[in-house]
Amino acid sequence: MTSRGLDQQSQGQVRSFGVPVSARPTVSLPVSAPCRWGGCAAPANRVPGSLPRSEIRPIETLGVEALADGPRWLRPCNAGADVDLSAHQSPGPGVDRLNTSIMLGRTLREVSAALKHGQITPTELCQKCLSLIKKTKFLNAYITVSEEVALKQAEESEKRYKQGQSLGDLDGIPVAVKDNFSTSGIETTCASNMLKGYIPPYNATVVQKLLDQGALLMGKTNLDEFAMGSGSTDGVFGAVKNPWSYSKQHREKRPLKPCGDGDGDEDSSWLIAGGSSGGSAAAVAALTCFAALGSDTGGSTRNPAAHCGLVGFKPSYGLVSRHGLIPLVNSMDVPGILTRCVDDTAIVLGILAGHDPKDSTTVQDPVKPFVLPNLTDVSKLCIGIPKEYLVPELSGEVRSLWSQAADLFESQGAKVIEVSLPHTLYSIVCYHVLCTSEVASNMARFDGLQYGHRSAISVSTEAMYAATRREGFNDVVRGRILSGNFFLLKENYENYFIKAQKVRRLIVNDFLNVFNSGVDVLLTPTTLSEAVPYAEFIKEDNRTRSAQDDIFTQAVNMAGLPAVSIPVALSKQGLPVGLQLIGRAFCDQQLLTIAKWFEKQVQFPIIQLQEFMDDYSSVLDNQKLTSVSLQQ
Amino acid sequence: MAAPILRRGFPGGRWALVWIHGGCRHRNGAPTGPTLGSTRGRSSVAQQSLQTAQKPRKGEHKWETVVGLEVHAQISSNSKLFSGSKVCFAAPPNSLVSFFDASLPGTLPVLNRRCVEAAVMTGLALNCRINKKSLFDRKHYFYADLPAGYQITQQRLPIAAQGSLKYSICTGQRRSQMVTKTVRIKQIQLEQDSGKSLHDDLRCQTLVDLNRAGVGLLEVVLEPDLCCGEEAATVVRELQLILQALGASQANMAEGQLRVDANISVHHPGEPLGVRTEVKNLNSIRFLAKAIDYEIQRQISELENGGEILNETRSFDHKLGCTVPMRDKEGEQDYRFMPEPNLPPLVLYDTSCLPAGADPQQVINIDRIRDSLPELPSVTRDRLVGEYGMLPEHSFVLLNEVGLLEFFQNVMKETRAEPKKVTNWVLNTFLGYLKQQNLAVSESPVTPSALAELLNLLDRKVISSSAAKQVFGELCKAEGKTATQIVSEQRLELMQDREELERLCHATMDEHPQVVMDMKGGNPRAINKLIGLVRRASLSRADPTVIKEILERKLSP
Repeated sequence: MTSRGLDQQSQGQVRSFGVPVSARPTVSLPVSAPCRWGGCAAPANRVPGSLPRSEIRPIETLGVEALADGPRWLRPCNAGADVDLSAHQSPGPGVDRLNTSIMLGRTLREVSAALKHGQITPTELCQKCLSLIKKTKFLNAYITVSEEVALKQAEESEKRYKQGQSLGDLDGIPVAVKDNFSTSGIETTCASNMLKGYIPPYNATVVQKLLDQGALLMGKTNLDEFAMGSGSTDGVFGAVKNPWSYSKQHREKRPLKPCGDGDGDEDSSWLIAGGSSGGSAAAVAALTCFAALGSDTGGSTRNPAAHCGLVGFKPSYGLVSRHGLIPLVNSMDVPGILTRCVDDTAIVLGILAGHDPKDSTTVQDPVKPFVLPNLTDVSKLCIGIPKEYLVPELSGEVRSLWSQAADLFESQGAKVIEVSLPHTLYSIVCYHVLCTSEVASNMARFDGLQYGHRSAISVSTEAMYAATRREGFNDVVRGRILSGNFFLLKENYENYFIKAQKVRRLIVNDFLNVFNSGVDVLLTPTTLSEAVPYAEFIKEDNRTRSAQDDIFTQAVNMAGLPAVSIPVALSKQGLPVGLQLIGRAFCDQQLLTIAKWFEKQVQFPIIQLQEFMDDYSSVLDNQKLTSVSLQQ
Repeated sequence: MAAPILRRGFPGGRWALVWIHGGCRHRNGAPTGPTLGSTRGRSSVAQQSLQTAQKPRKGEHKWETVVGLEVHAQISSNSKLFSGSKVCFAAPPNSLVSFFDASLPGTLPVLNRRCVEAAVMTGLALNCRINKKSLFDRKHYFYADLPAGYQITQQRLPIAAQGSLKYSICTGQRRSQMVTKTVRIKQIQLEQDSGKSLHDDLRCQTLVDLNRAGVGLLEVVLEPDLCCGEEAATVVRELQLILQALGASQANMAEGQLRVDANISVHHPGEPLGVRTEVKNLNSIRFLAKAIDYEIQRQISELENGGEILNETRSFDHKLGCTVPMRDKEGEQDYRFMPEPNLPPLVLYDTSCLPAGADPQQVINIDRIRDSLPELPSVTRDRLVGEYGMLPEHSFVLLNEVGLLEFFQNVMKETRAEPKKVTNWVLNTFLGYLKQQNLAVSESPVTPSALAELLNLLDRKVISSSAAKQVFGELCKAEGKTATQIVSEQRLELMQDREELERLCHATMDEHPQVVMDMKGGNPRAINKLIGLVRRASLSRADPTVIKEILERKLSP
């Protein structure tokens, strides 16, 4: 590829990812042109232009034979879909009302319809979810389960349904909230000793909006301490386990360990959920709720969504209120949404979005709930593939899926072009300076005086401050505070903070240039690879991990753009892989509309946890996990 | 800028030691704070040595003094700068604290429109350039009454800058000459007030009251254009009058609504500026003047005795009448300023750039504020001079005494007496009485109406001016009697009956033949004596001019 400008008019920039469809203008790129990002030797990859026509048809039209030779990323999803799609069919009048466990695997929209039709009551649904939360307690997805609150809310919701006064799509729907959103009367810890026992007196705006719609708050989900991490492994309540570790899909495909390692090995082979909203992702993935709030500062919603096979959405900065979200980096934080499908995300976003007088950074324009249209024609779309996102660390499988996704768009008529975001390279280091600086500032309020942990050391106020903060924060938080304060020192401010702000501006401009050149959305990987085992993950420290894992997601936060991770397929190991779509600022609906189309094409399978859950206790006995108090 | 004063946990004795070894305190002081000895700290030491390297030159040169002020004015507003909590002086502790004020995690600031308007008004009144875009910053320091660990202020781009303030001081031997001077305003910034810490040394505890935490402040930073306590006091008084006229602040120093920090240094003319000290939290104009003058003298004698001035913060001990070092700022404090990410830039408009269809609740129009500015003190004084022909210095006194102008104007409304006479009575008799009794105008036992009535009696020549003084004295007793009642009860009216007056003159002349003789003999002073005698005989009720006229007629050949 030449490194010409991003001018869309320049046909030479337009990359071909597949056989040109006759209906659209012929792409003039020489077929022999080396393809930097896609031209690698991954098995499933191919020379541009060599893709058989049949592969690009929507998945539901594919026969089994076609699948056998089809791209690897299509196969497992269809296999899964075969089993579970039955549950996706709209429940007819003859649906067994008692078989509520089937309900749990459904989407928010489906279960909402079931509630409206009286096929299940909010209380039944709530109890079912609570029971599953208990059964999956070993996942460590929840820090606090607000059982009483949820049951009371369910009761009220049930009354409303009986009186025909449902509040809307979310009435009676179990949801979970990351434990860095303030919840009135419910402990909010940020997975930190500092806030253990802290019970906020108010609800975050997004929490209040969910409750106002009748949603049932099942509990507060686990995270990395103060959302600083990418694995949900660094919280004071322990790591979150990825539900896919226990899925049929993964168990059948994971590499076999040598015999004799026994149960101990079984225990340590579990995978991380991603982070920092890993608890929220695990909660939705394990079917214990239908939507969850995460927060996203550098990818904290999209990363665990990708690892847990969910839709993870980061709205445009300013679209959704941050009031009540305990901040990590105020200028990049946004509440994120984790659901099992794009339509569900749209429902939740429709409720959360809009101006909040309590958050001056929210946009003034009114936002109404919306329904995503079914996109049938993508031929007017222009999909950008940022060449800088092809990094050596990217796993072959993800790269291959990325490539095929681009082909999919192109084969359906979209224009797919390679674009350049030249300052991506500096994003992580720039983020490090800005993030730690804001962290140093935001964490200054935790001094043990007003709320939260206070050290017993009381020689002097200063000594009390120091001891409180040493005891209250983990090494990751303290490390970031230390770096941040260093960058903010008078003598360093110009060299670090100001420079980082300038780089941030360049990164923002990169995106602006690309979008101004006519690109509608960018297609990128979400993560470098599928979820890795915990034992492997913790070999690197938090800082290294965060820097690596945020690589595709974090520049988006710098620019305040909307982005969504869509699960596209299962890897060789039967683990979810997500791809990311990045949209123009405040074009969140357009982004989700495209994501919905994409989601429909890839038909990602539902996690096969149910059959295995039916026999949960025995599985757990085998794993010697009975210490996890399921009886509770 | 409101800097933290860390006092607790370090008994004074220990700190005193540090002062003795002041030269190395920057290195010693560092470990407890994140701020290591900074370049600024060192450069100030270098400056010191430059100062002290020179041999004391007692009397060789005059000293020049440089005084700069930072004034914090609490904005008069129903609610705080970034939260909806009420603002009220002397409310029960911690009764006016919102979640934001207590810095509960997840809370966000929302800017109070009223505070912005007050800042714009003040900026306009002080001839500042109003910045159509201004920014908020976080200034970090740990202190118990600063719950967020930072104060939101406007360090980089304040709401107003580059203004000026005119003030007049009396000079000359009899202090009768008014000289008008100008002090430049560097900037005006919006910022949060802190809470209050009450240190209970006995029980070794600190009590924190957050009622004041987050109240809006205007920080007015003046350029170091002043040279003495009196100038500083005059400037602060003028600023106080302006703020009160605008309604931007009640600016009551006793209630802490106006607090002043003064930066002071001395140097020889033609030489670089000296090391400055900062005297903080001066909460009365009198103490401000005293503290500055004391500090100037202290610095001069320190330098003349071969000592050196440390770049330090001091406080004024009003009981001892001197400034003392404060224990603060572990070494050089680094506030680690950072842009406040939760507040977008504050954008103001004027009529020329007002966005079409903008919600009036969401925009602030500088021109509209300018048009609705009230009369400023300097204009009021000019008006008084022009309208009533009073001396400029009298107009200053009228404005400087709280409530006196209003009192004067109310008297003027109800009396036909000459403005000059009213001015005299208000400034001399009335104000003199208040000063003597140590009363404020609002505490005066004499109402404007009562004084007006008295002045009317005087003006209509119902009573003499000496009788008027007597009536005023009675009015001050506040027994509920009107001037007219007092006059009639004590029979103080001037004798209007000409025949009776003539009889009185006649009788007096008969009683004092010697005086009559003197007068006839050409002694000009004799007639005054005679007038006095007649007045005494009339119990001061006779008009001396009438007596004089009668006497002269009677004695004329």
